[in-house]
Amino acid sequence: MNISEKILARASGRKEVSPGEIVEANVDMAMVNDITGPLTIETFYKIGVSKVWDNSRIVMVLDHQVPADSAKSAELHKIVRRFAKEQNIPYFYDVGFGGVCHQVMVEKGHVRPGELIVGADSHTCTYGALGAFGTGIGSTEMAAVFATGKIWLKVPETIKFNVVGEFQKFVGAKDLILSIIGQIGADGANYKAMEFDGPVIKNMNVSDRLTICNMAVEAGAKTGIINPDEKVMAYIKNRTDRQITPLKSDAGASYEKIIDLDVSSLEPQVACPSSVDNVKPVSEVEGTPIDQAFIGSCTNGRIEDLRIAAEIVKGKKIKNGVRFIVTPASHEVYLQALREGILETLAEAGACVSNPTCGACFGGHMGLLAEGETCISSSNRNFTGRMGSPKAKVYLASPATVAASALKGEITDPRRL
Amino acid sequence: MEVKGKAIVFGDHVNTDVIIPSKYLTTLDPSELAKHAMEGLDLTFYEKARGGVILVAGKNFGCGSSREHAPIALKHAGVRCVVAESFARIFYRNAINIGLPVVECPSILEKTSNGDELLVNLAEGEIVNLTKNLRLQASKLPSFILEIISAGGLVEHLKRRLEKHGKL
Repeated sequence: MNISEKILARASGRKEVSPGEIVEANVDMAMVNDITGPLTIETFYKIGVSKVWDNSRIVMVLDHQVPADSAKSAELHKIVRRFAKEQNIPYFYDVGFGGVCHQVMVEKGHVRPGELIVGADSHTCTYGALGAFGTGIGSTEMAAVFATGKIWLKVPETIKFNVVGEFQKFVGAKDLILSIIGQIGADGANYKAMEFDGPVIKNMNVSDRLTICNMAVEAGAKTGIINPDEKVMAYIKNRTDRQITPLKSDAGASYEKIIDLDVSSLEPQVACPSSVDNVKPVSEVEGTPIDQAFIGSCTNGRIEDLRIAAEIVKGKKIKNGVRFIVTPASHEVYLQALREGILETLAEAGACVSNPTCGACFGGHMGLLAEGETCISSSNRNFTGRMGSPKAKVYLASPATVAASALKGEITDPRRL
Repeated sequence: MEVKGKAIVFGDHVNTDVIIPSKYLTTLDPSELAKHAMEGLDLTFYEKARGGVILVAGKNFGCGSSREHAPIALKHAGVRCVVAESFARIFYRNAINIGLPVVECPSILEKTSNGDELLVNLAEGEIVNLTKNLRLQASKLPSFILEIISAGGLVEHLKRRLEKHGKL
Protein backbone atom coordinates (compact mmCIF):
# COMPACT_ATOMS: atom_id res chain seq x y z
CA MET A 1 0.00 0.00 0.00
CA ASN A 2 1.03 3.61 -0.40
CA ILE A 3 1.07 6.04 2.53
CA SER A 4 -2.48 7.33 1.95
CA GLU A 5 -3.90 3.81 1.85
CA LYS A 6 -1.95 2.82 4.95
CA ILE A 7 -3.25 5.78 6.95
CA LEU A 8 -6.85 5.16 5.87
CA ALA A 9 -6.50 1.45 6.66
CA ARG A 10 -5.16 2.20 10.13
CA ALA A 11 -7.82 4.83 10.79
CA SER A 12 -10.60 2.47 9.80
CA GLY A 13 -9.21 -0.56 11.65
CA ARG A 14 -8.52 -2.54 8.48
CA LYS A 15 -5.50 -4.52 7.48
CA GLU A 16 -5.70 -3.33 3.93
CA VAL A 17 -7.73 -0.96 1.77
CA SER A 18 -7.69 -0.28 -1.94
CA PRO A 19 -8.74 2.68 -4.11
CA GLY A 20 -12.47 3.04 -4.62
CA GLU A 21 -13.42 1.37 -1.33
CA ILE A 22 -15.49 3.42 1.07
CA VAL A 23 -14.29 3.22 4.66
CA GLU A 24 -15.63 4.58 7.91
CA ALA A 25 -12.59 6.09 9.56
CA ASN A 26 -11.82 7.38 13.04
CA VAL A 27 -10.61 10.97 12.92
CA ASP A 28 -7.41 11.76 14.82
CA MET A 29 -7.77 15.54 14.77
CA ALA A 30 -10.51 17.92 13.59
CA MET A 31 -10.02 21.62 12.95
CA VAL A 32 -12.38 24.55 12.32
CA ASN A 33 -11.81 28.28 11.88
CA ASP A 34 -13.90 31.42 12.27
CA ILE A 35 -15.58 31.08 8.85
CA THR A 36 -16.54 27.41 9.06
CA GLY A 37 -16.67 27.02 12.84
CA PRO A 38 -19.88 28.96 13.59
CA LEU A 39 -21.84 26.94 11.02
CA THR A 40 -20.32 23.74 12.43
CA ILE A 41 -21.36 24.72 15.94
CA GLU A 42 -24.89 25.70 14.94
CA THR A 43 -25.26 22.39 13.09
CA PHE A 44 -23.68 20.36 15.92
CA TYR A 45 -26.43 21.42 18.31
CA LYS A 46 -29.12 20.72 15.70
CA ILE A 47 -28.09 17.05 15.64
CA GLY A 48 -29.26 16.78 19.22
CA VAL A 49 -26.04 15.92 21.02
CA SER A 50 -24.56 18.05 23.75
CA LYS A 51 -20.92 16.97 24.07
CA VAL A 52 -18.19 16.63 21.46
CA TRP A 53 -16.77 13.15 20.99
CA ASP A 54 -13.30 14.06 22.27
CA ASN A 55 -12.36 17.61 23.19
CA SER A 56 -8.62 16.85 23.01
CA ARG A 57 -8.92 16.08 19.31
CA ILE A 58 -10.53 19.36 18.29
CA VAL A 59 -8.63 22.50 17.31
CA MET A 60 -10.35 25.86 16.81
CA VAL A 61 -8.52 28.80 15.27
CA LEU A 62 -9.70 32.34 14.64
CA ASP A 63 -7.83 33.36 11.52
CA HIS A 64 -9.90 34.52 8.57
CA GLN A 65 -11.14 37.82 9.88
CA VAL A 66 -8.85 38.70 12.76
CA PRO A 67 -8.85 40.95 14.59
CA ALA A 68 -12.58 41.23 13.89
CA ASP A 69 -12.99 43.54 10.90
CA SER A 70 -16.68 44.12 11.52
CA ALA A 71 -19.32 43.63 14.17
CA LYS A 72 -20.58 40.63 12.17
CA SER A 73 -17.17 38.95 12.31
CA ALA A 74 -16.96 39.73 16.01
CA GLU A 75 -20.25 37.87 16.49
CA LEU A 76 -18.84 34.84 14.67
CA HIS A 77 -15.74 34.91 16.86
CA LYS A 78 -17.95 35.08 19.92
CA ILE A 79 -19.78 31.90 18.84
CA VAL A 80 -16.47 30.01 18.50
CA ARG A 81 -15.08 31.37 21.78
CA ARG A 82 -18.23 30.40 23.67
CA PHE A 83 -18.24 26.89 22.22
CA ALA A 84 -14.57 26.37 23.08
CA LYS A 85 -15.38 27.32 26.66
CA GLU A 86 -18.58 25.27 26.89
CA GLN A 87 -16.94 22.17 25.46
CA ASN A 88 -13.67 22.73 27.29
CA ILE A 89 -11.61 22.65 24.09
CA PRO A 90 -7.97 22.99 25.12
CA TYR A 91 -6.69 23.88 21.66
CA PHE A 92 -8.50 27.11 20.97
CA TYR A 93 -6.30 29.80 19.40
CA ASP A 94 -7.62 33.30 19.85
CA VAL A 95 -6.33 36.51 18.30
CA GLY A 96 -2.67 36.98 19.22
CA PHE A 97 -2.04 33.34 20.06
CA GLY A 98 -2.35 31.51 16.76
CA GLY A 99 -2.50 32.71 13.19
CA VAL A 100 -3.51 31.05 9.94
CA CYS A 101 -5.09 27.74 10.94
CA HIS A 102 -2.90 25.38 8.90
CA GLN A 103 0.31 27.01 10.09
CA VAL A 104 -0.98 26.84 13.67
CA MET A 105 -1.88 23.16 13.25
CA VAL A 106 1.63 22.20 12.21
CA GLU A 107 3.65 24.46 14.47
CA LYS A 108 1.63 23.64 17.58
CA GLY A 109 2.17 19.93 17.01
CA HIS A 110 -1.42 19.00 16.14
CA VAL A 111 -0.31 17.32 12.92
CA ARG A 112 1.59 14.09 13.33
CA PRO A 113 2.78 11.53 10.79
CA GLY A 114 0.36 8.66 10.22
CA GLU A 115 -2.73 10.54 11.41
CA LEU A 116 -6.04 11.23 9.69
CA ILE A 117 -6.92 14.89 10.07
CA VAL A 118 -10.01 16.63 8.78
CA GLY A 119 -10.37 20.38 8.68
CA ALA A 120 -13.26 22.59 7.71
CA ASP A 121 -11.02 24.40 5.26
CA SER A 122 -9.98 23.27 1.82
CA HIS A 123 -6.26 23.71 2.46
CA THR A 124 -6.26 21.00 5.12
CA CYS A 125 -4.36 18.95 2.53
CA THR A 126 -1.29 20.91 3.72
CA TYR A 127 -0.69 18.37 6.52
CA GLY A 128 0.54 15.73 4.12
CA ALA A 129 3.88 17.54 4.30
CA LEU A 130 4.29 15.90 7.71
CA GLY A 131 3.10 12.51 6.50
CA ALA A 132 -0.48 12.89 7.75
CA PHE A 133 -3.58 12.39 5.62
CA GLY A 134 -5.27 15.80 5.81
CA THR A 135 -8.41 16.59 3.90
CA GLY A 136 -10.91 19.44 3.77
CA ILE A 137 -14.58 19.01 4.60
CA GLY A 138 -17.57 21.29 5.11
CA SER A 139 -19.27 22.50 8.25
CA THR A 140 -22.15 20.02 8.40
CA GLU A 141 -19.81 17.12 7.94
CA MET A 142 -17.58 18.60 10.64
CA ALA A 143 -20.57 18.82 12.98
CA ALA A 144 -21.04 15.08 12.46
CA VAL A 145 -17.34 14.53 13.19
CA PHE A 146 -17.64 16.63 16.36
CA ALA A 147 -20.53 14.38 17.38
CA THR A 148 -19.15 10.97 16.36
CA GLY A 149 -15.42 11.24 15.66
CA LYS A 150 -16.04 9.33 12.45
CA ILE A 151 -16.24 10.10 8.75
CA TRP A 152 -16.83 8.07 5.60
CA LEU A 153 -14.14 8.42 2.99
CA LYS A 154 -13.51 6.89 -0.37
CA VAL A 155 -9.97 5.56 -0.61
CA PRO A 156 -8.46 7.69 -3.38
CA GLU A 157 -6.35 6.66 -6.32
CA THR A 158 -2.88 8.16 -5.99
CA ILE A 159 -0.78 9.99 -8.55
CA LYS A 160 2.88 9.98 -7.66
CA PHE A 161 5.19 12.80 -8.69
CA ASN A 162 8.82 11.81 -8.79
CA VAL A 163 10.85 15.03 -8.78
CA VAL A 164 14.52 15.13 -9.73
CA GLY A 165 17.12 17.76 -10.66
CA GLU A 166 18.24 20.94 -8.94
CA PHE A 167 16.42 24.24 -8.58
CA GLN A 168 18.03 27.42 -9.88
CA LYS A 169 18.51 30.27 -7.40
CA PHE A 170 15.17 31.90 -6.50
CA VAL A 171 13.22 28.99 -8.01
CA GLY A 172 11.60 26.56 -5.60
CA ALA A 173 8.63 24.77 -4.12
CA LYS A 174 5.98 27.28 -5.22
CA ASP A 175 7.23 27.26 -8.81
CA LEU A 176 7.21 23.46 -8.80
CA ILE A 177 3.65 23.10 -7.55
CA LEU A 178 2.36 25.85 -9.89
CA SER A 179 4.06 24.10 -12.78
CA ILE A 180 2.47 20.77 -11.80
CA ILE A 181 -1.02 22.33 -11.55
CA GLY A 182 -0.46 24.02 -14.90
CA GLN A 183 0.37 20.67 -16.43
CA ILE A 184 -2.40 18.52 -14.95
CA GLY A 185 -5.12 21.19 -14.70
CA ALA A 186 -7.47 22.44 -11.97
CA ASP A 187 -9.18 19.06 -11.84
CA GLY A 188 -6.14 16.99 -12.82
CA ALA A 189 -6.16 15.16 -9.50
CA ASN A 190 -9.86 15.40 -8.70
CA TYR A 191 -10.78 13.02 -5.83
CA LYS A 192 -7.21 11.70 -5.85
CA ALA A 193 -4.16 11.84 -3.61
CA MET A 194 -1.00 13.48 -4.91
CA GLU A 195 2.12 11.90 -3.47
CA PHE A 196 5.38 13.82 -3.91
CA ASP A 197 8.66 11.98 -3.91
CA GLY A 198 12.14 11.97 -5.38
CA PRO A 199 15.46 13.62 -4.43
CA VAL A 200 14.13 17.19 -4.81
CA ILE A 201 11.40 16.55 -2.26
CA LYS A 202 13.76 14.68 0.07
CA ASN A 203 16.13 17.68 0.02
CA MET A 204 13.34 20.13 0.77
CA ASN A 205 12.77 21.63 4.20
CA VAL A 206 9.41 21.19 5.91
CA SER A 207 8.28 24.71 4.97
CA ASP A 208 8.67 24.03 1.25
CA ARG A 209 6.90 20.69 1.60
CA LEU A 210 4.00 22.48 3.26
CA THR A 211 3.80 24.86 0.27
CA ILE A 212 3.60 21.93 -2.14
CA CYS A 213 1.01 19.88 -0.26
CA ASN A 214 -1.02 23.02 0.48
CA MET A 215 -1.79 23.54 -3.19
CA ALA A 216 -2.80 19.95 -3.99
CA VAL A 217 -6.43 21.01 -3.61
CA GLU A 218 -5.96 23.48 -6.48
CA ALA A 219 -5.68 20.41 -8.73
CA GLY A 220 -8.79 18.99 -7.05
CA ALA A 221 -6.88 16.52 -4.87
CA LYS A 222 -8.21 15.02 -1.67
CA THR A 223 -4.77 15.38 -0.18
CA GLY A 224 -1.14 16.06 -1.00
CA ILE A 225 1.27 13.85 0.86
CA ILE A 226 4.97 13.13 1.37
CA ASN A 227 6.55 10.18 3.16
CA PRO A 228 7.78 11.44 6.54
CA ASP A 229 11.54 11.40 7.13
CA GLU A 230 14.04 12.56 9.74
CA LYS A 231 13.38 16.22 8.86
CA VAL A 232 9.73 15.79 9.75
CA MET A 233 10.56 13.93 12.94
CA ALA A 234 12.98 16.69 13.92
CA TYR A 235 10.32 19.32 13.19
CA ILE A 236 7.67 17.78 15.40
CA LYS A 237 9.96 16.46 18.14
CA ASN A 238 9.50 19.32 20.55
CA ARG A 239 5.98 20.18 19.45
CA THR A 240 4.00 17.18 20.65
CA ASP A 241 4.11 14.52 23.30
CA ARG A 242 1.60 12.23 21.59
CA GLN A 243 2.80 8.85 20.47
CA ILE A 244 3.72 8.88 16.81
CA THR A 245 3.42 5.98 14.38
CA PRO A 246 4.80 7.18 11.06
CA LEU A 247 3.63 5.30 7.99
CA LYS A 248 5.38 5.21 4.63
CA SER A 249 4.62 3.93 1.17
CA ASP A 250 5.84 0.39 0.53
CA ALA A 251 8.47 -0.06 -2.14
CA GLY A 252 6.00 -1.94 -4.32
CA ALA A 253 3.00 0.31 -3.65
CA SER A 254 0.67 0.85 -6.57
CA TYR A 255 -0.21 4.17 -8.16
CA GLU A 256 -2.70 5.25 -10.76
CA LYS A 257 0.23 6.86 -12.51
CA ILE A 258 3.73 8.10 -11.85
CA ILE A 259 4.80 11.42 -13.32
CA ASP A 260 8.54 12.17 -13.57
CA LEU A 261 9.63 15.78 -13.39
CA ASP A 262 13.02 17.48 -13.66
CA VAL A 263 13.24 20.95 -12.10
CA SER A 264 16.72 21.88 -13.37
CA SER A 265 15.47 24.12 -16.16
CA LEU A 266 12.33 25.29 -14.35
CA GLU A 267 11.80 29.06 -14.55
CA PRO A 268 9.87 30.96 -11.90
CA GLN A 269 6.19 30.22 -12.58
CA VAL A 270 3.17 32.53 -12.47
CA ALA A 271 -0.50 31.51 -12.38
CA CYS A 272 -2.31 34.13 -14.43
CA PRO A 273 -5.90 35.37 -13.98
CA SER A 274 -8.31 33.84 -13.25
CA SER A 275 -7.54 30.20 -12.62
CA VAL A 276 -4.74 28.47 -10.76
CA ASP A 277 -3.96 26.24 -13.73
CA ASN A 278 -3.39 29.16 -16.09
CA VAL A 279 0.34 28.89 -15.42
CA LYS A 280 3.07 30.55 -17.46
CA PRO A 281 6.81 30.94 -17.04
CA VAL A 282 7.59 34.40 -15.66
CA SER A 283 9.30 35.38 -18.91
CA GLU A 284 5.91 35.41 -20.65
CA VAL A 285 4.32 37.89 -18.23
CA GLU A 286 7.34 39.95 -17.19
CA GLY A 287 6.66 43.66 -17.28
CA THR A 288 2.97 43.41 -16.38
CA PRO A 289 2.35 46.45 -14.14
CA ILE A 290 1.11 45.76 -10.60
CA ASP A 291 -0.68 47.84 -7.98
CA GLN A 292 -0.15 45.47 -5.07
CA ALA A 293 2.19 42.70 -4.02
CA PHE A 294 1.16 40.32 -1.27
CA ILE A 295 3.22 37.84 0.73
CA GLY A 296 1.35 35.71 3.22
CA SER A 297 -1.19 32.87 3.55
CA CYS A 298 -0.97 29.19 4.48
CA THR A 299 0.87 28.65 1.20
CA ASN A 300 3.75 31.09 1.59
CA GLY A 301 3.67 33.12 4.79
CA ARG A 302 6.27 31.21 6.77
CA ILE A 303 9.59 32.45 8.16
CA GLU A 304 11.49 30.96 5.23
CA ASP A 305 9.28 32.93 2.83
CA LEU A 306 9.75 36.18 4.73
CA ARG A 307 13.53 35.62 4.80
CA ILE A 308 13.59 35.38 1.00
CA ALA A 309 11.49 38.53 0.68
CA ALA A 310 13.79 40.38 3.11
CA GLU A 311 16.89 39.21 1.25
CA ILE A 312 15.48 40.62 -1.98
CA VAL A 313 14.27 44.01 -0.71
CA LYS A 314 17.02 44.67 1.86
CA GLY A 315 18.37 48.21 1.56
CA LYS A 316 16.01 48.98 -1.32
CA LYS A 317 12.65 50.70 -1.67
CA ILE A 318 9.62 49.22 -3.31
CA LYS A 319 8.36 51.01 -6.40
CA ASN A 320 6.44 54.19 -5.74
CA GLY A 321 2.73 53.51 -6.25
CA VAL A 322 2.85 49.85 -5.24
CA ARG A 323 1.40 48.54 -1.98
CA PHE A 324 3.50 45.74 -0.57
CA ILE A 325 1.49 43.82 2.04
CA VAL A 326 3.24 41.22 4.17
CA THR A 327 1.22 38.98 6.47
CA PRO A 328 3.20 36.49 8.57
CA ALA A 329 1.30 33.20 8.69
CA SER A 330 1.31 32.93 12.47
CA HIS A 331 2.17 34.61 15.70
CA GLU A 332 5.22 32.34 15.97
CA VAL A 333 6.37 33.35 12.49
CA TYR A 334 5.71 37.00 13.34
CA LEU A 335 7.84 36.82 16.50
CA GLN A 336 10.65 34.97 14.74
CA ALA A 337 10.65 37.53 11.92
CA LEU A 338 10.70 40.30 14.52
CA ARG A 339 13.70 38.75 16.30
CA GLU A 340 15.60 38.27 13.06
CA GLY A 341 15.08 41.88 12.02
CA ILE A 342 13.07 40.77 9.00
CA LEU A 343 10.03 42.87 9.82
CA GLU A 344 12.28 45.91 10.09
CA THR A 345 13.94 45.19 6.74
CA LEU A 346 10.57 44.75 5.07
CA ALA A 347 9.02 47.82 6.71
CA GLU A 348 12.03 49.96 5.77
CA ALA A 349 11.61 48.90 2.16
CA GLY A 350 8.03 50.13 2.30
CA ALA A 351 6.11 46.97 3.19
CA CYS A 352 2.95 47.21 5.23
CA VAL A 353 3.35 44.35 7.70
CA SER A 354 0.06 43.10 9.10
CA ASN A 355 -0.86 40.74 11.89
CA PRO A 356 -1.27 37.03 11.03
CA THR A 357 -4.59 36.47 9.22
CA CYS A 358 -6.08 34.92 6.08
CA GLY A 359 -7.33 38.48 5.33
CA ALA A 360 -6.07 39.53 1.91
CA CYS A 361 -5.67 36.01 0.50
CA PHE A 362 -9.33 35.14 0.72
CA GLY A 363 -10.63 38.63 0.07
CA GLY A 364 -11.80 39.20 3.62
CA HIS A 365 -9.96 42.35 4.65
CA MET A 366 -6.51 43.93 4.95
CA GLY A 367 -5.47 44.48 1.36
CA LEU A 368 -8.39 44.11 -1.06
CA LEU A 369 -8.30 45.25 -4.66
CA ALA A 370 -10.32 47.85 -6.54
CA GLU A 371 -11.73 47.51 -10.03
CA GLY A 372 -9.00 47.39 -12.65
CA GLU A 373 -6.19 46.76 -10.16
CA THR A 374 -3.57 44.01 -10.40
CA CYS A 375 -1.94 42.10 -7.58
CA ILE A 376 0.86 39.56 -7.53
CA SER A 377 0.41 37.26 -4.58
CA SER A 378 2.20 34.40 -2.85
CA SER A 379 -1.18 32.89 -1.93
CA ASN A 380 -3.10 30.03 -3.53
CA ARG A 381 -6.10 31.28 -5.52
CA ASN A 382 -6.61 33.86 -8.22
CA PHE A 383 -10.30 33.29 -9.00
CA THR A 384 -12.45 36.17 -10.23
CA GLY A 385 -13.25 38.36 -7.23
CA ARG A 386 -11.03 36.36 -4.89
CA MET A 387 -9.17 39.39 -3.49
CA GLY A 388 -11.86 42.03 -3.81
CA SER A 389 -13.35 43.47 -6.99
CA PRO A 390 -14.39 40.93 -9.64
CA LYS A 391 -12.69 43.32 -12.05
CA ALA A 392 -9.30 43.04 -10.34
CA LYS A 393 -6.60 40.64 -11.50
CA VAL A 394 -4.53 38.30 -9.35
CA TYR A 395 -1.29 36.60 -10.38
CA LEU A 396 0.12 33.86 -8.14
CA ALA A 397 3.84 33.38 -7.69
CA SER A 398 6.60 32.55 -5.23
CA PRO A 399 7.61 34.96 -2.45
CA ALA A 400 10.82 35.69 -4.40
CA THR A 401 8.90 36.66 -7.53
CA VAL A 402 6.43 38.73 -5.49
CA ALA A 403 9.20 40.61 -3.65
CA ALA A 404 11.10 41.27 -6.88
CA SER A 405 7.90 42.51 -8.52
CA ALA A 406 7.23 44.84 -5.56
CA LEU A 407 10.61 46.49 -6.16
CA LYS A 408 10.06 46.99 -9.87
CA GLY A 409 6.34 47.71 -9.86
CA GLU A 410 5.83 45.08 -12.51
CA ILE A 411 6.01 41.30 -12.70
CA THR A 412 9.72 40.56 -12.43
CA ASP A 413 11.95 37.51 -12.64
CA PRO A 414 13.78 37.43 -9.28
CA ARG A 415 16.83 35.89 -10.96
CA ARG A 416 17.35 39.08 -12.96
CA LEU A 417 17.45 41.63 -10.14
CA MET B 1 -36.52 10.29 -6.08
CA GLU B 2 -37.19 12.67 -8.96
CA VAL B 3 -36.39 16.34 -9.41
CA LYS B 4 -37.79 18.52 -12.17
CA GLY B 5 -36.98 22.03 -13.31
CA LYS B 6 -35.72 24.38 -15.99
CA ALA B 7 -32.00 24.34 -16.66
CA ILE B 8 -29.68 27.27 -16.02
CA VAL B 9 -26.40 26.49 -17.74
CA PHE B 10 -22.85 27.44 -16.71
CA GLY B 11 -19.40 26.31 -17.94
CA ASP B 12 -16.37 24.52 -16.49
CA HIS B 13 -14.57 25.13 -13.18
CA VAL B 14 -17.28 27.20 -11.51
CA ASN B 15 -15.55 27.95 -8.18
CA THR B 16 -16.94 28.66 -4.72
CA ASP B 17 -15.70 32.26 -4.81
CA VAL B 18 -18.10 33.03 -7.65
CA ILE B 19 -20.89 30.85 -6.21
CA ILE B 20 -20.78 32.94 -3.04
CA PRO B 21 -18.14 35.70 -2.79
CA SER B 22 -16.21 35.78 0.49
CA LYS B 23 -17.64 39.13 1.56
CA TYR B 24 -20.91 37.36 2.36
CA LEU B 25 -19.36 34.67 4.56
CA THR B 26 -20.06 36.62 7.72
CA THR B 27 -23.72 35.70 7.48
CA LEU B 28 -25.19 32.34 8.43
CA ASP B 29 -28.69 33.25 7.22
CA PRO B 30 -29.56 30.99 4.24
CA SER B 31 -32.07 33.42 2.75
CA GLU B 32 -29.49 36.20 2.82
CA LEU B 33 -26.84 33.96 1.24
CA ALA B 34 -29.38 32.93 -1.41
CA LYS B 35 -29.69 36.53 -2.64
CA HIS B 36 -26.01 36.49 -3.62
CA ALA B 37 -25.84 33.00 -5.15
CA MET B 38 -23.71 32.90 -8.31
CA GLU B 39 -23.16 36.63 -7.99
CA GLY B 40 -19.62 36.30 -9.28
CA LEU B 41 -20.93 35.15 -12.67
CA ASP B 42 -24.51 36.31 -12.97
CA LEU B 43 -26.04 39.15 -10.99
CA THR B 44 -29.55 38.12 -12.05
CA PHE B 45 -29.25 34.51 -10.89
CA TYR B 46 -31.39 34.93 -7.80
CA GLU B 47 -34.25 36.32 -9.87
CA LYS B 48 -33.92 33.54 -12.44
CA ALA B 49 -33.69 30.71 -9.92
CA ARG B 50 -36.75 31.61 -7.87
CA GLY B 51 -39.43 29.00 -8.11
CA GLY B 52 -36.98 26.19 -8.68
CA VAL B 53 -34.36 25.36 -11.30
CA ILE B 54 -31.75 22.78 -12.14
CA LEU B 55 -28.23 24.12 -12.37
CA VAL B 56 -26.23 22.57 -15.21
CA ALA B 57 -22.46 22.90 -15.47
CA GLY B 58 -19.32 21.44 -16.96
CA LYS B 59 -16.22 20.04 -15.31
CA ASN B 60 -15.10 20.51 -11.69
CA PHE B 61 -18.17 22.37 -10.41
CA GLY B 62 -17.63 23.89 -6.96
CA CYS B 63 -13.84 23.90 -6.95
CA GLY B 64 -12.05 26.02 -4.39
CA SER B 65 -12.87 26.54 -0.77
CA SER B 66 -14.73 24.32 1.68
CA ARG B 67 -17.37 26.97 2.38
CA GLU B 68 -20.69 25.25 2.84
CA HIS B 69 -22.24 28.65 2.26
CA ALA B 70 -21.91 27.80 -1.47
CA PRO B 71 -24.38 24.88 -1.68
CA ILE B 72 -26.57 26.56 0.97
CA ALA B 73 -26.82 29.70 -1.17
CA LEU B 74 -27.73 27.65 -4.24
CA LYS B 75 -30.28 25.50 -2.44
CA HIS B 76 -32.07 28.44 -0.87
CA ALA B 77 -31.99 30.44 -4.10
CA GLY B 78 -34.14 27.70 -5.63
CA VAL B 79 -31.67 25.24 -7.11
CA ARG B 80 -33.28 21.80 -6.80
CA CYS B 81 -30.37 19.84 -8.16
CA VAL B 82 -26.95 20.46 -9.69
CA VAL B 83 -26.06 18.33 -12.71
CA ALA B 84 -22.44 18.67 -13.83
CA GLU B 85 -19.92 16.75 -15.88
CA SER B 86 -17.89 16.45 -12.67
CA PHE B 87 -17.67 18.02 -9.22
CA ALA B 88 -14.92 19.18 -6.90
CA ARG B 89 -14.97 16.80 -3.98
CA ILE B 90 -15.62 19.11 -1.01
CA PHE B 91 -18.53 20.83 -2.75
CA TYR B 92 -19.94 17.43 -3.68
CA ARG B 93 -19.93 16.22 -0.08
CA ASN B 94 -21.22 19.54 1.24
CA ALA B 95 -24.15 19.53 -1.17
CA ILE B 96 -25.19 16.03 -0.14
CA ASN B 97 -24.79 16.89 3.52
CA ILE B 98 -27.15 19.85 3.27
CA GLY B 99 -29.62 17.91 1.13
CA LEU B 100 -28.90 19.44 -2.27
CA PRO B 101 -28.89 16.65 -4.86
CA VAL B 102 -25.80 16.50 -7.07
CA VAL B 103 -25.57 14.30 -10.12
CA GLU B 104 -22.65 13.62 -12.44
CA CYS B 105 -23.48 13.36 -16.12
CA PRO B 106 -20.64 13.48 -18.67
CA SER B 107 -22.84 14.63 -21.58
CA ILE B 108 -25.00 17.16 -19.75
CA LEU B 109 -23.37 20.37 -20.99
CA GLU B 110 -23.34 19.28 -24.59
CA LYS B 111 -26.99 18.20 -24.56
CA THR B 112 -28.59 21.00 -22.53
CA SER B 113 -29.57 24.55 -23.44
CA ASN B 114 -30.65 27.27 -21.08
CA GLY B 115 -34.31 26.86 -20.23
CA ASP B 116 -34.60 23.17 -21.17
CA GLU B 117 -36.97 21.28 -18.89
CA LEU B 118 -35.07 18.48 -17.13
CA LEU B 119 -36.30 15.51 -15.11
CA VAL B 120 -33.63 13.92 -12.94
CA ASN B 121 -34.12 10.49 -11.45
CA LEU B 122 -31.57 10.27 -8.63
CA ALA B 123 -31.98 6.61 -7.76
CA GLU B 124 -31.79 5.45 -11.38
CA GLY B 125 -29.11 7.89 -12.47
CA GLU B 126 -31.11 9.02 -15.44
CA ILE B 127 -31.82 12.48 -16.79
CA VAL B 128 -34.61 13.21 -19.26
CA ASN B 129 -34.42 16.41 -21.26
CA LEU B 130 -38.16 16.93 -21.79
CA THR B 131 -37.65 19.87 -24.14
CA LYS B 132 -35.32 18.01 -26.50
CA ASN B 133 -36.80 14.59 -25.79
CA LEU B 134 -33.45 13.04 -24.84
CA ARG B 135 -32.43 10.51 -22.24
CA LEU B 136 -28.99 10.91 -20.64
CA GLN B 137 -27.11 8.48 -18.46
CA ALA B 138 -25.89 9.92 -15.17
CA SER B 139 -24.08 8.54 -12.15
CA LYS B 140 -26.19 6.54 -9.73
CA LEU B 141 -25.97 7.66 -6.14
CA PRO B 142 -25.18 4.87 -3.65
CA SER B 143 -28.06 4.05 -1.32
CA PHE B 144 -26.49 5.56 1.81
CA ILE B 145 -26.08 8.88 0.00
CA LEU B 146 -29.66 8.73 -1.26
CA GLU B 147 -30.74 8.18 2.33
CA ILE B 148 -28.96 11.36 3.42
CA ILE B 149 -30.47 13.38 0.56
CA SER B 150 -33.96 12.05 1.10
CA ALA B 151 -33.72 12.87 4.82
CA GLY B 152 -33.00 16.45 3.74
CA GLY B 153 -29.33 16.33 4.72
CA LEU B 154 -26.90 14.84 7.18
CA VAL B 155 -28.36 16.54 10.26
CA GLU B 156 -31.83 15.09 9.71
CA HIS B 157 -30.26 11.76 8.81
CA LEU B 158 -28.30 11.65 12.08
CA LYS B 159 -31.30 12.86 14.09
CA ARG B 160 -33.34 9.96 12.71
CA ARG B 161 -30.53 7.57 13.58
CA LEU B 162 -30.35 9.01 17.09
CA GLU B 163 -34.10 8.64 17.56
CA LYS B 164 -34.13 5.10 16.21
CA HIS B 165 -31.07 3.69 17.95
CA GLY B 166 -30.61 6.05 20.89
CA LYS B 167 -27.02 6.71 19.75
CA LEU B 168 -25.10 7.89 16.69
